[in-house]
Amino acid sequence: MISVIPTAFLFFAAALVLLALPKKGILRPLLLLATPIIAAAWVWNSGLGNFAQIEFFGLELEFMRLDRLSRVFVMVFCLAAFLGNLYAWHVRDTVQQVAALLYAGSAIGAVLAGDMITLFFYWEGTAIASVFLIWARGTEGAYWTGMRYLIIQIGSGVILLAGVVLWYHDTGSIAFERMTLGSLATWLIFLSFGIKCAFPLLHNWLQDSYPAATVTGTVILSAFTTKLAVYALARGFAGTEILIYIGTVMTLFPIFFAEIENDLRRVLAYSLNNQLGFMVVGIGIGTEMALNGTASHAFAHILYKALLFMSVGAVLFRTGTSKASELGGLYRTMPLTATFCLVGAASISAFPLFSGFVTKSLILDQAAGAHYELVWLALVFASAGVLSHSGIKIPFFTFFAHDSGKRPAEAPTHMLWAMGITAFLCIFIGVFPDTLYAILPYDVDYAPYTVGHVVGQLQLLLFALLAFVVVYRTGIHPPEVRQINLDFDWTYRKAAPSVIRVVAAFVAHVYGGILTFLTNRVNNTMNRLYRSHGPEGRMARNWPTGAMVLSIALLLGATLLVNFAG
Amino acid sequence: MATAEVEHTARTLADHLPVLQILVPFVAAPLIVLFGNRALAWPLAFIASAIAFVISCLLLAQVIDGGFISYAIGGWAPPLGIEYRVDATNALLLFLISGISTVALPYAFTSIRSEVPKRNHTLFYACYMLCFTGLLGVVITGDAFNVFVFLEISSLSTYVLVAQGAGRDKRALTAAYDYLIMGTIGATFFVIGLGMLYMSTGTLNMADLADRIADQGGNRTIRAAFAFIVVGMGLKVALMPLHLWLPNAYTFAPSAVTVFLAATSTKAAVYVLLRFMFSVYQPPFVFEVNTLYFIFIPFALLAMFVASFVAVFQSDFKRMLAYSSIAQIGYMLLGIAMLNTSGLTATVVHMFNHGITKGVLFMGVGALVLRAGSSFYDSIAGLGRRMPLTGAAIVVGGLSLIGVPGTAGFVSKWMLVQAAFENGFWWIAILVVLSSLLAVAYVWRVFEVIYLKEPAADAPRGDPPLPMLIPMLILAGACLWFGIDTQLTIGAAHTAAESLLEGSFGMAPSAAAVTETLGH
Repeated sequence: MISVIPTAFLFFAAALVLLALPKKGILRPLLLLATPIIAAAWVWNSGLGNFAQIEFFGLELEFMRLDRLSRVFVMVFCLAAFLGNLYAWHVRDTVQQVAALLYAGSAIGAVLAGDMITLFFYWEGTAIASVFLIWARGTEGAYWTGMRYLIIQIGSGVILLAGVVLWYHDTGSIAFERMTLGSLATWLIFLSFGIKCAFPLLHNWLQDSYPAATVTGTVILSAFTTKLAVYALARGFAGTEILIYIGTVMTLFPIFFAEIENDLRRVLAYSLNNQLGFMVVGIGIGTEMALNGTASHAFAHILYKALLFMSVGAVLFRTGTSKASELGGLYRTMPLTATFCLVGAASISAFPLFSGFVTKSLILDQAAGAHYELVWLALVFASAGVLSHSGIKIPFFTFFAHDSGKRPAEAPTHMLWAMGITAFLCIFIGVFPDTLYAILPYDVDYAPYTVGHVVGQLQLLLFALLAFVVVYRTGIHPPEVRQINLDFDWTYRKAAPSVIRVVAAFVAHVYGGILTFLTNRVNNTMNRLYRSHGPEGRMARNWPTGAMVLSIALLLGATLLVNFAG
Repeated sequence: MATAEVEHTARTLADHLPVLQILVPFVAAPLIVLFGNRALAWPLAFIASAIAFVISCLLLAQVIDGGFISYAIGGWAPPLGIEYRVDATNALLLFLISGISTVALPYAFTSIRSEVPKRNHTLFYACYMLCFTGLLGVVITGDAFNVFVFLEISSLSTYVLVAQGAGRDKRALTAAYDYLIMGTIGATFFVIGLGMLYMSTGTLNMADLADRIADQGGNRTIRAAFAFIVVGMGLKVALMPLHLWLPNAYTFAPSAVTVFLAATSTKAAVYVLLRFMFSVYQPPFVFEVNTLYFIFIPFALLAMFVASFVAVFQSDFKRMLAYSSIAQIGYMLLGIAMLNTSGLTATVVHMFNHGITKGVLFMGVGALVLRAGSSFYDSIAGLGRRMPLTGAAIVVGGLSLIGVPGTAGFVSKWMLVQAAFENGFWWIAILVVLSSLLAVAYVWRVFEVIYLKEPAADAPRGDPPLPMLIPMLILAGACLWFGIDTQLTIGAAHTAAESLLEGSFGMAPSAAAVTETLGH
């Protein structure tokens, strides 16, 4: 019976309750931790099925479509919300606390949405709730970043809505099921998912906004929005071939940006983009195992990416900077954080016995098995790149490399707990992959730990490591300096505006002329209207009684004429 | 013909509801005069109005799904006796009129004390009750001549009520005088039309008239009667060139009277038009005579624009609202002229929604007048900030007047646009939207005046006393409520529109439904 209430509402209710609790004390953090646990237990125990259908203006809205695909995403979202909130135990900012709950709730609601209208509402919900995590940082830059983020996210929602309306017009259904690209409707929906999933050239909001959020906000941000898009693509466009190529490009191009980027949180944002590429490839292949690979990779990815963001966040929290050029040698005073960071790095690089290994190889094998050899090669190259920029660069330049002289204290206890649990989960999944495989959308018959897999992966990783050492020793590795790297967003943040300025000057001239002309005309019209309709005008004046009576007579005459003529 | 003998069986109070609807306020009026006590006048009026409201709710509940109640006054079966007939159309109107009266009376209690001399209070409430009775009677009766009688009852008492504004502004007297002349001419035309009908059919019962007109088709007399009735009622409706009495009457009447009249009296007249067009004359006849296309549509469109422009340029809030009413009546007539279910639904719903919308706005004006002494934009500048709840109610009413989604006004305009599209009159749909833009302009001016202008240093503070504030907030709430939950309004209006378009007001089923006699 209880499963009739959509899970997302639990989070919204918790957000309301939170407002009633005292700002100080542990009640609020406890509520923040309890909510995702209760939600996860609730979803886990309610069994699969379609609950909570509501009739709305003749449309069937489904708030709780719980099948194996949506369940794995809900479980990992709950897990991420729990870990993120534990990491943010120290935060006493009501706005961030409420935003975190609403954001997680909206993301879970979107995953459970069985129709695209509900999806749209939650889609916009995630956008609006999450922007507060960026604004909460309170800086001028964060404000404008938040605005850009919001415009793009809301834009994605609006495109989604347009697509849904067209889709409803074409098919008469709003059910959220698998679609085939072809009509304008499906392309619009695809584009909207693509924006949220940070497809190449649509990706800049991610690198722009995640590094701008608060220390804890980034951890929470990194879990939901893009993985929601991955889920939506897996639900709606599984087996769409173009996704394979989009995904391949996504795995490749962020590597180079990540290599030269100085802000470590932005490095992680680029690497997030690259990891999404693997999932998108999996969706594009679209076989059951490939979708399993996508879902499991999303699961593992949320954990180790959160772990990396947490460790870099802890450093930022203690030292006030996350720039590689200003960090180094922190392992002396932050040994635990360094260890957890290494676990995260090993996981994202897919070392055997870490979570990335057991999930990524699912996708790689499917790519090879489906005879996309070039794609497979590209993915292998991207895997090596991941090791370089996330596996080595992040921990190396933060905790080792040249000594920055900084001696920050170890991360706060609750952060250590959050990182510790996450690190444990990363290793646990790596060692016991069957626990994760058991909750995947389809039954898994796959053994990651074969000699071939392990040896192949180790070869790849060790050579990549070797290459890094050689490059670093010979001084070819791009130096960690403060700089701004131009990405595609330069085109719309700098180039387009300057072109527009030239055009605008011309247009402004012409427009000014037309405007003056029109203003004069409008003024004249208004004056005429005022003369006739103003308080003293013909139409508003009090008429003599006789004139009123005359108007009656005239109208009667007219009516009689019309009646007799008819 | 229903001259058959009717058995006297039903004797419960519930069967007498149709006549009690009229009798309760009708008896209250002389009682108020007989007691002659200022302290008793208001409670009596309020109790009578509240009872009438309860009765109207019971009646509406009985007929909202279709069907009708026929009640023979004094046991004289129609067509010889007078028949009261309640169906979804007039039940909704009864609900509106008695509902508005019941919320307007607490408002009047305070408002009238500040605007009308004390010695007139007793007679004021007696007149108010008469006017209320008249409007209810016009709506409930199924007898054509009885319509005229009730119309005169309500009109004569209205002239007196409007004239009560003389305490504040002497021009109320000329306004009442003009209204008297115009109203009397309108009523005369109406009764001439009735006379012609009686001449050619020999009956005055509406249902009977419908049967006989259908039998003999439209001869010249019947057609002429149609023109007289439409023009006569058009005057009470304030159809565009016949609207000239309205701005002055609404502007100079006491605030509480304006609230009541603006929300109910033109609506009752629109109802009579509907009744005569669709139930007495049948839809095919109306279609044939083209009056709708050549008289209603052009003048309705004219009203929508001319009156809106005048409203835009007004410098007096109350007068602006009066002109806006003329424009809104244009929408209702346009809905009738569409001659399809959506159009009639739009008309009936708009009668209701515009009733509550104008009710809250005129209440807001009354509250401003109570504090500032006048409703000119100069004297109410910045008062929205000084009187927060009044300002909020005016904003809600204003948004509903524009037709912003989520308010009652949106629902009916949306129906009207749909009706226009169904007929292929897309240009009318565009004109409706354009005229709504004018509504944005004149409503925005008010918002600007009461919020964005600096209040004068000695400007009054604080919302009006609770008896005025609560009715205003109730109606503002209703504007929002009926903008979201449209089940009651659209449901009743749809039933009404369908039965009107079927034109079946015939006598056949009435014998079964005829209930009982009084005093036997």
